[in-house]
Amino acid sequence: MTEELAWRIAGGSGDGIDSTSQNFAKALMRSGLHVFTHRHYPSRIRGGHTYVEVRADEEPVESRGDGYNFLLALGDSFARNPKEEAYYGNEEVKPLAENLDELREGGVIVYDEGLVDPSEVPDFEERVEENDWHVYPLDLRGLAREKGREVMRNTAGVGATAALLDYELQHIEDLMADAMSGEVLETNLDILEIAYESVQDREFTHDLRAPEGSHDEEQVLLSGSNAIAYGALDEGCRFIAGYPMTPWTEVFTLMTQHLPKVGGISEQVEDEIAAAALAIGASHAGVKAMSGSSGGGFALMSEPLGLAEMTETPVVLIEAMRAGPSTGMPTKPEQGDLEHVLYTSQGDSTRVVLAPANVKEAYDQTRAAFRIAYDYQIPAIVLYDQKLSGELRNVDESFFDREPSPDLGSTLSEDEIAEAAHHASGKFQRFQHEPEDGSNVSPRSLPGQEGGRYLATGNEHTPEGHISEDPRNRVAQMERRLGKLEDIRDDLDAEYDHQTYHGPEDADYGILTFGSHQGTVHEAVDRLNADGHGVKSIGVSDLMPLAEREVTEFLESVDEALVVEMNATGQFRGLIQRELGRFGPKMNSLLKYNGEPFEPHEIVEGLETIAEGDEPAPTTRFVPAAGD
Amino acid sequence: MSAFNAIDSDREVERDDYTPGIEPQATWCPGCGDFGVLKALKGAMADLGKSPEEILLVTGIGCSGKLSSYFESYGFHTIHGRALPIARAAKLANPDLEVVAAGGDGDGYGIGGNHFVHTARENHDITYIVFNNEIFGLTKGQTSPTSPMGHKSKTQPHGSAKAPIRPMSSSLTAGSSYVARTAAVNPNQAQEILVEAIEHNGFSHIDFLTQCPTWNKDAKQYVPYIDVQENEDYEFDVSDRKEASEMMYESESALYEGEVLTGRFYHAPDRPSYGEEKRAVGEMPDEPLVERYHDDSYEWERSYDLLDVHK
Ligand SMILES: Cc1ncc(C[n+]2csc(CCOP(=O)(O)OP(=O)(O)O)c2C)c(N)n1
Ligand code: SF4
Repeated sequence: MTEELAWRIAGGSGDGIDSTSQNFAKALMRSGLHVFTHRHYPSRIRGGHTYVEVRADEEPVESRGDGYNFLLALGDSFARNPKEEAYYGNEEVKPLAENLDELREGGVIVYDEGLVDPSEVPDFEERVEENDWHVYPLDLRGLAREKGREVMRNTAGVGATAALLDYELQHIEDLMADAMSGEVLETNLDILEIAYESVQDREFTHDLRAPEGSHDEEQVLLSGSNAIAYGALDEGCRFIAGYPMTPWTEVFTLMTQHLPKVGGISEQVEDEIAAAALAIGASHAGVKAMSGSSGGGFALMSEPLGLAEMTETPVVLIEAMRAGPSTGMPTKPEQGDLEHVLYTSQGDSTRVVLAPANVKEAYDQTRAAFRIAYDYQIPAIVLYDQKLSGELRNVDESFFDREPSPDLGSTLSEDEIAEAAHHASGKFQRFQHEPEDGSNVSPRSLPGQEGGRYLATGNEHTPEGHISEDPRNRVAQMERRLGKLEDIRDDLDAEYDHQTYHGPEDADYGILTFGSHQGTVHEAVDRLNADGHGVKSIGVSDLMPLAEREVTEFLESVDEALVVEMNATGQFRGLIQRELGRFGPKMNSLLKYNGEPFEPHEIVEGLETIAEGDEPAPTTRFVPAAGD
Repeated sequence: MSAFNAIDSDREVERDDYTPGIEPQATWCPGCGDFGVLKALKGAMADLGKSPEEILLVTGIGCSGKLSSYFESYGFHTIHGRALPIARAAKLANPDLEVVAAGGDGDGYGIGGNHFVHTARENHDITYIVFNNEIFGLTKGQTSPTSPMGHKSKTQPHGSAKAPIRPMSSSLTAGSSYVARTAAVNPNQAQEILVEAIEHNGFSHIDFLTQCPTWNKDAKQYVPYIDVQENEDYEFDVSDRKEASEMMYESESALYEGEVLTGRFYHAPDRPSYGEEKRAVGEMPDEPLVERYHDDSYEWERSYDLLDVHK
């Protein structure tokens, strides 16, 4: 079996690292491989060190894995801008120096001689020797300049990569031909070719070759944010309102691009309070609507979120977490907004929170969020993070070959309104204490419908919508609203099972996680089992209402558990303890909050910590089980 | 007509059709200007022949926000300062609705100031009534953005050091295409202005002077008022921004000296509304979006057909 390829391209932010890696990943996918990308970038538009990893294998890839085996160090062109030198300092060696720690033994390095001087990298020669790295200095900038423009050195780098990996250039050429045309295309193809040739006649000392694979069907390359947008579209969402904030912007922009094509409406508005309020207004009027943001923007939505709960207005909100508190680290992932999303806004929370783990789940669970929101008249939140937002994965195109379901759920037609409960004055009972079908959902009418007039209000209200502080009415309405959560829990059990299991059922050790780390956990679980540990995992997606039965059964079935999450205080573990009221002494926390996602080896070490008393990785924090 | 749209515009309506089963006396104090707004709104809707079904009245929080409780139509009593973003989305989603938003001066010019500016700027086709009683009524008499300088209250015991906001001037600058001021003490004018504002295609803003006898005894300043359109001393072209702006300035300066000018201050009937602009650039469907959900023959687009860029 050929070794997997884990290719890292590094350079200055603004140097086109992102688009180059996307294209390369797409070429790899088209040529039959499974791919997964991991993006690391600083919170500035130009300059600063950035890299993207593309992991490719003949088998499906679920995570970035541990380290990488091919480095393309392009140099940071912005650091060399003489005018800005005083500010940036002399950063040009960084794309080489900063990336060496995770390069695997025997790995390949291509660096741009024109921009990077390895003699400035501390102990470079020694490290190369020690790690058996294979180094190929190339004047990528020179090649690019000669044939076109200096910025096209990315293309030169990809050409060299292809030669060194014995990867057919045609795949990349085809992709370029799809993406550009005219002179730009010609120049890029030229550069690609001479870079390829300039490497070809060298003597290779490394063994790494591009793996080969073949897909049975057409593939698409999507990020978690992309998948959320497509899930929303297929569920009939035709209204989005938002305000840009990284990384939520990726959902917002894709929706904005597509909505006019399908006769929908996108609104960029003055702030996030307005954004969520618009979504509520549109939904109230009878359209499937969404909004969303990231931590700070979601904080502003707290107020309209409560209004949606009180008025029982269906709406879907997306929360793309990034490291906090406050503006935190805008381009770094964290799962620190969990409690914020579960409990923000005044009063007792009546909302649904789903946390997808990967691209496919992002699509599925966004659809589920809409379905639940409109069936149960409750706000539903899709909670994910910067990691899932930006990582690209290949998915079978047929996965998206689904029927749209634009159904407005528990919304009445005019004929049904005519038969519905009305109070003495003839007013439609929008908020019945005990809906006729025995459920906790009192069907709604829409403005404009004959006979359905009512007042929606954020104040406590009677069945007709009149403001009321009557204690009996209050209790009846509260119980009904809260009761919906229990119904949804049953419904989730019956119709959807969002929890994901991995590993042998009879394992002694359990790993619990939520959201984007499930793929990494799966990789760790496989490795641990191969090493003789009995380990299994559960990835929990239903956070509110919590998948009580599943989590209980899982925790009961293991001797000890590790709760893996990306924040400093163990919010997910706290949720489980709070909801289930036990298992404290069984649950250990493995936490990471330095802005980088977990790598499988850290989870392996975390589990070994409880199994054998080993030390966890220095980038993580281990919090032992309560009662220890 | 789709299966959804039941609005029957030809129906005869009367004032009483807008009276729900509950009475405003329950929360509004005797002598409150809010009664005047309610009366004028009912009269205006009856004049226009709007049926209660086709009206969506969106209100903020305050004594003023209770308007939707005492006016029979579809209503949405929202949160403090947020009536406008909710109202404008409802209008975009269903342009067939007659959308009216209302709230107090604290609600609209204070906490909701950002939304006010942007809704005006975008010229959404909705009518916005601001109950201007120069005070926070519901929270018991604190200084509001329209309280005069030197105004004393529990939260400004030394007298306010802040100049009051100029609602009409701000509105015009922000981009409203219809701006008027009227007063609860003048129900006839109020009703006429409301009719005109609701008929106007674009953002209509009415600074509606209301008295709060409970917390703002100076409310008597609203009497007597002068109707700018009825008085030859105040001739100006209501569709000319510059002239309108000068008149607003004059009126807003005089307000706190005891002279109250009311009437239409700006009216740009030809400016397209936001919905029309959005349609023109291809960002909004021609048919009301809501109708599609009730049209069984509509073929819903699938994301599957949009995936090309990801291949
Ligand atoms: C976010 C928020 N802040 C504060 C309040 C409390 N509050 C309710 S009404 C009001 C002021 C009302 O004043 P105004 O808008 O002038 O309306 P009026 O009562 O005078 O009609 C305030 C501050 C609230 N409900 N919500
Ligand atoms: S407090 Fe003032 S504004 Fe509120 S109802 Fe009483 S008089 Fe009217």
